[in-house]
Amino acid sequence: MTAKTIPALTLAAAAAFFALGPAPQARAQQAKGKQQAKAAAKGQEIGTLKVQGNVYMIVAPGGNVVVQTGDWGVLVVDTPAEGASDAVIAEIRKLSSKPIRYLINTSMDHTATNAAISRAGAPITGGNLGAVAFDNGATIVAHENVLGRMSNVPEGQKVPNADSLPTTTFNEGQKEIFFNDEPVLAMFQPKAHTDGDSIVFFRRSDVIAAGDVFDMTSFPKVDLAKGGNIEGVIKALNIILDLCVPRHEQEGGTYVIPGRGRLTDEHDVLEYRDMVTIIRDRVKNLVGKGQTLAQVKAAKPTYEYDARWGSTTGPWTTDMFVEAVYKSLGGK
Amino acid sequence: MSLLKWTRPLVLLTAFVAAPSASAQVDLTGMWNPQFTEDQPERIPGPELLDYAGIPLNDFARKWALAWAPDRLGLQEHQCQVHTAAYIHRGPLALRIWEERDPQTQNITAIHMYTSTYEQNRVVYMDGRPHPPEYAAHTWQGFSTGKWDGNVLTVHTTHIKQGWHRRNGIPSSDLIDLTDHFVLHGDAITHISVVTDPVYLSEPLIKSEDYVRNTNPNGNWLWPCEYVNELPGSDRAKVPHYLPGENPFMDEFRSKYKLSLDAVLGGPETMYPDYMEKLKVAK
Repeated sequence: MTAKTIPALTLAAAAAFFALGPAPQARAQQAKGKQQAKAAAKGQEIGTLKVQGNVYMIVAPGGNVVVQTGDWGVLVVDTPAEGASDAVIAEIRKLSSKPIRYLINTSMDHTATNAAISRAGAPITGGNLGAVAFDNGATIVAHENVLGRMSNVPEGQKVPNADSLPTTTFNEGQKEIFFNDEPVLAMFQPKAHTDGDSIVFFRRSDVIAAGDVFDMTSFPKVDLAKGGNIEGVIKALNIILDLCVPRHEQEGGTYVIPGRGRLTDEHDVLEYRDMVTIIRDRVKNLVGKGQTLAQVKAAKPTYEYDARWGSTTGPWTTDMFVEAVYKSLGGK
Repeated sequence: MSLLKWTRPLVLLTAFVAAPSASAQVDLTGMWNPQFTEDQPERIPGPELLDYAGIPLNDFARKWALAWAPDRLGLQEHQCQVHTAAYIHRGPLALRIWEERDPQTQNITAIHMYTSTYEQNRVVYMDGRPHPPEYAAHTWQGFSTGKWDGNVLTVHTTHIKQGWHRRNGIPSSDLIDLTDHFVLHGDAITHISVVTDPVYLSEPLIKSEDYVRNTNPNGNWLWPCEYVNELPGSDRAKVPHYLPGENPFMDEFRSKYKLSLDAVLGGPETMYPDYMEKLKVAK
């Protein structure tokens, strides 16, 4: 058989052998893929993944928990949903027996079990006396708007336990911590998912904890009631892109841990940024034409992204996202 | 020495030689060059804009592609984007294959594939290890495990990045599932891939390519791409795209080849020979 005869045979063989056979299997795979995507989206799995350097990612209900370990202790970014803190602390203990020294919140939406995670550690301040004398947990770091909103909860909503409130806040720019031989930067992202968002950059490990400005399970949650805005989300995504340096052919290098969903690198952030920007542009165009919210929703500006990122049920639906984008852009 | 003592090794040897085809394997090692005679217009000059025919894309993918502006590839972070494992065999490349064996058993533990041009390394694990958890990172080449189906190497790959099913804007999602078959014919390999995409395909996408052995495999093309913004004053945050209904290339391809819009917009129907009859009626 010569090479020139192969293409014709190839087509025939492919059609006969594979096209007839795998269709049901492929459909099953597609169904399985959707199930897996939904399971991942709900954050049902608890598992730990070493990212690189000193940084680990714990996948937990309520979102990803980021852990940095070293000789000086443990630094944690974000806390899981109620009921999952014991399991997350157990995962942290598999990584290090050192005390948890810092807990950083990327936004108010990742503070559900601050008290439990903080209490599993102790602050550096006061040394071996401080923890005993003051019975304090790990230092909780967040933008001051997180503290402000946790301290002024709207009537009817659950008031956070005092132990869960941030103990060290910052206003503008970034909070810098040098821990475990590594600069750790909590970088404020104004008016993004909320008005208190930070991304956390582990500069030596080359890992970014993005919080909810980047969610691999859904469209970004733009919480207008808490000061969020779609423009701020896009700015934050572009800042993450600026911080990322791929290792080779747009792959690896800086890793980015989203608020929810799988581990990513710059290319994943890039595709997400493209999507959010395109949807923003479409809604902006319709707002500019004076269209109502109902008209904008009817135009389906998220259409081709819905199968991967959209939802008709749950706490953050596609409709809610479109409405948030519309109102972010001045739609009435 | 009893007869049994002599016959036992003989029986074992016979059983080993006559082992079922599941354990059979062929030697794919070497340097392989692709033959571009099949699907040449798509593979070498590249597909034309608005030519989605033959791809079983769904309506989500179609809308995605219609909004895609080629300028997007000029954004600095897109400049070094390479093909995924599900597409890379379509591109210009040389394929080098080698084996990794357990030194104690000489069983193949992995098959390595290096595709030049894009400097992509793919490891096909043959040791039965599981795929990573859902939350692991995705890569261009994904995570691959292989097995022998008789003399065919069948590879299953997951954890592949978002890319394209055709490089004119038809997206492939980050949830694709890829099965490759490598079939050796003397000094040629037929590669057949079956891609399922729960987000952007209605049916599996089946493609094939052929390789011939390169007996002078010294040329190796390296491409250490580093992106850069070469447009001073350009808006860093701008993403080129077409608003719905404003794609300026809507009629270019179909007019050139006198095809109906339905045909060029693709979909599963356009994969099958029956569609030729429909085209004739449409004319």
